[in-house]
Amino acid sequence: MRTIPFIVSAVITTVFITLLNMQLPSGKTKTPRLGFFLNPQYGFWQNAEPANVSFDKDIKIAGIKNNTEVYFDDRLVPHIYAETDADAYFIQGYLHAKFRLWQMEFQTYAASGRLSEILGKSMLPTDKYFRRLGMVFGAERAIETMNEYAETKNAMDAYTDGVNAYINSLKENDIPFEYKLLDYKPEPWTNLKTALFLKFMSFDLTGQGDDDLYLTNTKNLLGWETFKKLFPERADSLDPIIPKETAFEKPSIDVKLPTNADSVYFGIDKNTIQAVAPIIPNKNNGSNNWAVSGSKTKSGKPILCNDPHLGLNLPSLWYEMQITTPTLNTYGASFPGAPCIIIGFNDSIAWGVTNAGRDVKDFYEIKFKDSTMQEYWFNGTWKKSDFRKETIKIKGQPDDIENIAMTVFGPVMYDRNYKSKNNDGKYYAVRWTAHDPSNELATFYKLNHAKNYVDYVDAISTFQCPGQNFVFASVSGDIAIRQQGKFVAKWKGQGDFVMPGTDSAYLWQGFIPAKENPQIMNPVRGFVSSANQMAVDSTYPYYLGKSSNFPVYRGYIINRKLAVMNNITPQDMQQMQTDNYNVIAEFIRPVLLKLIDDAKLNNDEKRVVEIVKNWNLRNDINEKGATIFKLLWDSVYAGVYADEFENSKLPLYWPDKTTLLEALLKNTDYSFADNINTIDKKETMSDVVTSAVQKILPVIRQLEKDNKLEWGLYKDTYINSLLKIPALSRLHLPIGGNEGIINATTANHGPSWRMIVHLTQPIEAYAVFPGGESGNPGSKYYDTFVDSWAAGKYYSVLFLKKQEARHNNRIKWHFTFIKA
Amino acid sequence: MKFITSIIITALLSFASGLFTVLPWYSFSLCAFIVAIAIHQKPINSFLAAFIALFILWGILAFIMDYQNQHLLSTKVANILPLNGSYNLLILITAFVGALVAGLAALTGSYLRKHK
Repeated sequence: MRTIPFIVSAVITTVFITLLNMQLPSGKTKTPRLGFFLNPQYGFWQNAEPANVSFDKDIKIAGIKNNTEVYFDDRLVPHIYAETDADAYFIQGYLHAKFRLWQMEFQTYAASGRLSEILGKSMLPTDKYFRRLGMVFGAERAIETMNEYAETKNAMDAYTDGVNAYINSLKENDIPFEYKLLDYKPEPWTNLKTALFLKFMSFDLTGQGDDDLYLTNTKNLLGWETFKKLFPERADSLDPIIPKETAFEKPSIDVKLPTNADSVYFGIDKNTIQAVAPIIPNKNNGSNNWAVSGSKTKSGKPILCNDPHLGLNLPSLWYEMQITTPTLNTYGASFPGAPCIIIGFNDSIAWGVTNAGRDVKDFYEIKFKDSTMQEYWFNGTWKKSDFRKETIKIKGQPDDIENIAMTVFGPVMYDRNYKSKNNDGKYYAVRWTAHDPSNELATFYKLNHAKNYVDYVDAISTFQCPGQNFVFASVSGDIAIRQQGKFVAKWKGQGDFVMPGTDSAYLWQGFIPAKENPQIMNPVRGFVSSANQMAVDSTYPYYLGKSSNFPVYRGYIINRKLAVMNNITPQDMQQMQTDNYNVIAEFIRPVLLKLIDDAKLNNDEKRVVEIVKNWNLRNDINEKGATIFKLLWDSVYAGVYADEFENSKLPLYWPDKTTLLEALLKNTDYSFADNINTIDKKETMSDVVTSAVQKILPVIRQLEKDNKLEWGLYKDTYINSLLKIPALSRLHLPIGGNEGIINATTANHGPSWRMIVHLTQPIEAYAVFPGGESGNPGSKYYDTFVDSWAAGKYYSVLFLKKQEARHNNRIKWHFTFIKA
Repeated sequence: MKFITSIIITALLSFASGLFTVLPWYSFSLCAFIVAIAIHQKPINSFLAAFIALFILWGILAFIMDYQNQHLLSTKVANILPLNGSYNLLILITAFVGALVAGLAALTGSYLRKHK
């Protein structure tokens, strides 16, 4: 033995292997363990799915009562045929895990504030935010209620078993790509994770409640009178979900305005707020849905349409599937992470959802005795706080411990220990309906089984959070819509701003009974619809929240179109769902054009105005006018309000663009046109608009030079990977639309699932979503539908009985689950 | 002859050990080490034999999987790592990493034996 060379060589070999077995720093992130990652028998190469892969398989498995068949069609959509509901949910869990495991788990890590565990300290602010918001607290309470109802308990148990059966079958080389990239492993699934995922949707769809903090600053800055002008109670062009002049029942709850509200709550106080939520869900989170009755369709049968607008991600939020058992035959979009179909149809009915947008999350300023937060002042005495300890594990570093004070309102989200931008030393507790015990899963379970209108009402009437507009249509010919959720009976303005936490008069006084929620069935006009607009006119007896929570124009254009349509076919509905007509521009363009002072413009600027003038009002991908209109309208908006808002260093809530639009429609002599920073001059709207044209010209020239003036290129829609890695995302998609347009696709947000259901027998349905059935970036089924989605195309859905599935020529693969 | 034999045996043993994914990913280095002890060659030849064995093994495995996958995943990974999206380069680096680990392990094994 040659000792020295041996030792040297052994050391080098060991060091080299050790380095390859470590995550090495690379910029802000870390590399995978390169030796493992590159090893073709262990690492990412194993996730490179052959393009001609066959999914045919017999799987021996413990946990099912009967053998179960799954047929996959040419789009890899599974059709489950099980003998019992429990077996079906078991297989659903197994398939979700097989195709979407990493995503399912990642989303629940996010929801429960555990991202630091896998991604390191950079995620700590996000994790703290979710812990302090009480996501885990809410999920723990939800799971108790979900367990009380046997059907949801059994569905969740079977689902969890199915997910875990798949996880347990995984060998080191089989685990999904992202685990290898980030270097961690799947952990067992639990029912709590399902509850956490559903809470995440509650967060995503009621998160605008956080703007109470900004809105309070805005009110304090402007003063109540000016504030009222910029934040009107209701938009003039609102066409509510429930047609105007529908009569409402007398309210069963009499809400009392606190006696000191005028001074303490609405008046200016100097307690400006600086807490800034680190993550705020997209303001455009919303959706379209509508149903037309047989009187308006060519076939004489209803058609139901739904497209939920959410952040566009890969893997997609949705997983399309059919579930068939002796008691159940349903098809639609499911959430990887939860049993049941969430949006879809069965043999008898179809349903869809849009977000209600009601404010169910309010903030209270708490007065603690001292910084230990042990006691707080409430109704004239010092009340003891409880504490909830949240331990946040951080990859490669010591844990972070959060001791969150719990009050009668809920968790104290912002305090001096929470080092967000909240450095004002104040304490804000959050009261949120998602903290209350609830069982949203029961609604979907029952909808999946529902046969008619009565079943539909029974299914949705217990749904609490996030409040939704449930649209309904049945094979028997009924259509209906109801805004359902656990909504707070509020006095006018309650919860728009931070409320005092010292006085029980400011507590929520009750919840609106489900039967008093806005609803309508088989209206004379032959259609029902919702697009997140305010649900009712001013005759509804309860306060719905501030007007800017409710976008106006999608609802307006949908109703205008449906009102005049007749002999409707599913193809008409496809065209309508992907329509790019800009009704906002229809309203405001003439006003802006009139205000432009041509004499002040040079030829180049006049040319730009000319393009807007000749534009066809459509946000199609090749329209230059759409881009220029957007730049102009944004610039006008900023020109009007920036002087009022940009002088403040506090986080503020700006007025809605609708407010400006409606003000200008009424009168172009608008007081806010004057720039308050120029004392010697009084600007008019004409000055603002003309100077906006001048301001946007350099931007337009640059866009022309870069060849990006066409709307599709300018908007540049992309579908982001959940890890925000460009290589795993789909970039530069040619798709039109924008906010305020039926095709509500913005840069990274829009229709996450498009569905059209024709209630014939058998049911005829069309669907598409911007993703694919597989979550594996190494599979060609990862993003299969993206191009069709962007082009506004749909797939005709296969809704098959078991004996049909066996012989259908679009069925490509077959799983048999054999009871072990 | 010894050289060729040790290439073939190292490659085969390494492949076989990689089928047992309960073992760590670097178990092939032990194969290279053992082969270098069993088949005694000059250290440089042991190194080269193992290097070539793993270069070929990992290169071919990666190439086949990549070909069947139509370069879908490799292109993505080559953009993340970053290799400018070049799947060929990624296959080469894969092969080289395996080769170097095996070569070093074999070199160590060869030094363990008494010098001829």
